[in-house]
Amino acid sequence: MEHYNMNLTLKVWKQKNAETGGKFETYKVSNISSEMSFLEMFDVLNEQLIREGKEPIAFDHDCREGICGMCSMYINGRPHGPWHGTTTCQLHMRAFKDGDTIVVEPWRANAFPVVKDLIVDRSAFDRIIQAGGYISVNTGNAQDGNAIPIPKENADKAFAAAACIGCGACVAACKNSSALLFLSAKVSHLALLPQGEAERKERALNMIAQMDKEGFGSCTNTGACEAVCPKEIEITNIARLNREYLAAGWASDTKKH
Amino acid sequence: MLDSKIPAGKLEDKWTEYKGHCKLVNPANKRKLEVIVIGTGLAGASAAAALGEQGYQVKAFCFQDSPRRAHSIAAQGGINAAKNYQNDGDSVFRLFYDTIKGGDYRAREANVHRLAEVSVNIIDQCVAQGVPFAREYGGLLNNRSFGGVQVKRTFYAAGQTGQQLLIGAYQALERQVALGNVKMYNRHEMQDVVMIDGKARGIIARNLINGQLERFFGHAVILASGGYGNVFYLSTNAMGSNVTAAWRAHKKGAHFANPCFTQIHPTCIPVSGDHQSKLTLMSESLRNDGRIWVPKKQNDTRKANDIPEEERDYYLERRYPAFGNLVPRDVASRAAKERCDAGYGVGTTKQAVYLDFKYNLINKYGKAEANKHGIQNPDTETLVRLGKEVVKEEYGNLFDMYEKITGENPYEVPMRIYPAVHYTMGGLWVDYNLMTSVTGLFCLGEANFSDHGANRLGASALMQGLADGYFVIPYTLGNYLADEISVKPIPTTDRAFVETEAKVNERINRLMSIQGTQTVESFHKRLGKIMWDKCGMARNEQGLKEAIQEIRDLREDFWKNVRIPGGIHEMNPELDKASRVADFLELGELMCMDALERNESCGGHFREESQTPDGEALRHDDQYMYVSAWKLNGEHSWELEKEPLNYEVIKPTQRNYK
Repeated sequence: MEHYNMNLTLKVWKQKNAETGGKFETYKVSNISSEMSFLEMFDVLNEQLIREGKEPIAFDHDCREGICGMCSMYINGRPHGPWHGTTTCQLHMRAFKDGDTIVVEPWRANAFPVVKDLIVDRSAFDRIIQAGGYISVNTGNAQDGNAIPIPKENADKAFAAAACIGCGACVAACKNSSALLFLSAKVSHLALLPQGEAERKERALNMIAQMDKEGFGSCTNTGACEAVCPKEIEITNIARLNREYLAAGWASDTKKH
Repeated sequence: MLDSKIPAGKLEDKWTEYKGHCKLVNPANKRKLEVIVIGTGLAGASAAAALGEQGYQVKAFCFQDSPRRAHSIAAQGGINAAKNYQNDGDSVFRLFYDTIKGGDYRAREANVHRLAEVSVNIIDQCVAQGVPFAREYGGLLNNRSFGGVQVKRTFYAAGQTGQQLLIGAYQALERQVALGNVKMYNRHEMQDVVMIDGKARGIIARNLINGQLERFFGHAVILASGGYGNVFYLSTNAMGSNVTAAWRAHKKGAHFANPCFTQIHPTCIPVSGDHQSKLTLMSESLRNDGRIWVPKKQNDTRKANDIPEEERDYYLERRYPAFGNLVPRDVASRAAKERCDAGYGVGTTKQAVYLDFKYNLINKYGKAEANKHGIQNPDTETLVRLGKEVVKEEYGNLFDMYEKITGENPYEVPMRIYPAVHYTMGGLWVDYNLMTSVTGLFCLGEANFSDHGANRLGASALMQGLADGYFVIPYTLGNYLADEISVKPIPTTDRAFVETEAKVNERINRLMSIQGTQTVESFHKRLGKIMWDKCGMARNEQGLKEAIQEIRDLREDFWKNVRIPGGIHEMNPELDKASRVADFLELGELMCMDALERNESCGGHFREESQTPDGEALRHDDQYMYVSAWKLNGEHSWELEKEPLNYEVIKPTQRNYK
């Protein structure tokens, strides 16, 4: 693959903290290699800003290999930028060309308030998991791992749902700021496995109740979430969640927290 | 004198005996005891969850925005367990033996045997939590092979095993948060340990959102803060991975053991330029199916696919016929370096070798699939197509990642790989209870030194993290806290808290007042280069001595010339980073001192002065059969204490993978 260098204009959202308003700032970067990752381009910009005595741009990032779910930039109107099935940290500058202007914003959702610049507070996701995104099994009383055979197809489907990295791109892409793809991925992961059976009904009801409480919107099946999900979590998980939710609702003995 | 507190008795009975006789805390008393856990990776999250389940009042801390982000999440290939589901001769003893041998006989027998024993419980626990491990068509758990081993004992979930295990532990942790047994503190970084009457009784943490220092009491403090590979700047660690919690504990009296034992992982995506911020691992599991080679001709400029079979040197298969591509990591890394140094490297930088899947894609998977589908005499194209499907299922996420980073399709052309810093076997010294040399301060997972000797085998880090958190600390912590039940929670207005916080505050103010001209990043890069060049894959006396001086100079320069923008009482990632780099600048010196002191080669520590005629690591058991535990005596002044290693069951020999 041919390597090339480029000069770019960046329009980046700057916001001091949750209390203050924010605005776009314009920056120029030059000699950006096509081999760099998108975040390495931001490293170059921040080094430049610090040397000029200016405030660098705060952004969330950690593993830089597309799995921790921490990076979260809304790039040119799309969560995680132009590449399909890719987190911001795995997006590489090959996706851009010399002279491009790139607009970078934080996730926009009421349930994800801005902390600073491009950093948002996603603790609402942790609270949704706390509402039932687990199997209640204490350490030490498990039976042999091979005692319950699980058809490969179900195990594979559960794994595909469990691959969610909790980045929040689905929420950022959704015009209603719904967290349903995230939530349905967890419900599906556990509902597809026999271990998850015992708490199946409460799980769906309680997690949805928590999602509503956090201020996420409802799902209107536009599919934007699936289109931008860096782990390609399928929207069929939402259909499964709806079945789980309805079935739980019909059963009058299901307890809500 | 360090006491490892290894229980008496036969090796295989020690842990059972310990569990049968250790002190217990009754449920009513557990509710009165507070425990601090630093870090929420596999070790920290599993410990916090398991202790919360038991009824302790746990406070858990992570610097990320959620406990689910901890870097265990990036572990790819798998987790070992002595289940012997494959009927291929595995056993607790064999896992124990492989781990000791893989560690080049520099680990404690008792700890490693316990690890092998509880490995089977880990798999059961994770399955019960709903961890979606790979399964066979019959619905039972599948296994793959890893380096340094001749059985299939590695459980996995595609190339995302760490993610799935961490999500399991995270969910267990969040369940305890919901039940009120664990209080979670995200975006908090531990700054110091608070000592009262000679015992660890709390921490000072910095709230990374508003920069405020906060005080927390605990009857005991558990560090599970991960490894220190980022001292090299470029590593497979996450950007935020740091040594700070362990280092501050070291400054409070916790011995640091075997700091020079670093694992350089053989299969990582090579460095592409100066802009590089981190290196990406390509799982060791790929060596199950990928064959490593370089051209037989030096400086060969042909493309990989244009080099005919007979002109390729499968140097691992040539040098180590018994283990082939699955030799341990230290051996594979050195072999790659040897070939590149000799002029056989590939790619633009010539600092890379090929990892090629074509052979197994066609001959192993393609043919098996064709058989399954009853296709007679399939052509190559069909075999490639069928094989690709299987390879995709096994390693799809890794292949995708490789393509995004390099722009090359590894299904078509061989991957280019080179060794990179990956894991640190060294860490805080702990006894059999996982307690450091500071009373009441425990250390789990990669942050401690205990189980992997001088080289960790693949898929054993996840095993150790979860063993420590789910199955060891719940017993050993109880054994300690049983004597603490009458201690009332100490108010954080206590003088020890106030004074420790004042010191932390002073250090932060000092950092912020420098206002020099150079960025934190530039210092970190320079430190990394010194470490990689002189304390990396090969080390020698002269280089190490130079490195020590260079690090001292760099540290001085840092404290005079670093520039940290922004303020203290606000979110300030540059300040967070500066504080971590300042600790790396001290640790780096100790690593070089340790490497200098250990004038032998063992595992990942390769002293050029000590090698066999064919270039393998040469140990000197008569002189170095000990754990090097370094005690800090004052500003940059250390004293070495040696914990002798007594092998009662295994007889150390020269490792042989031929």
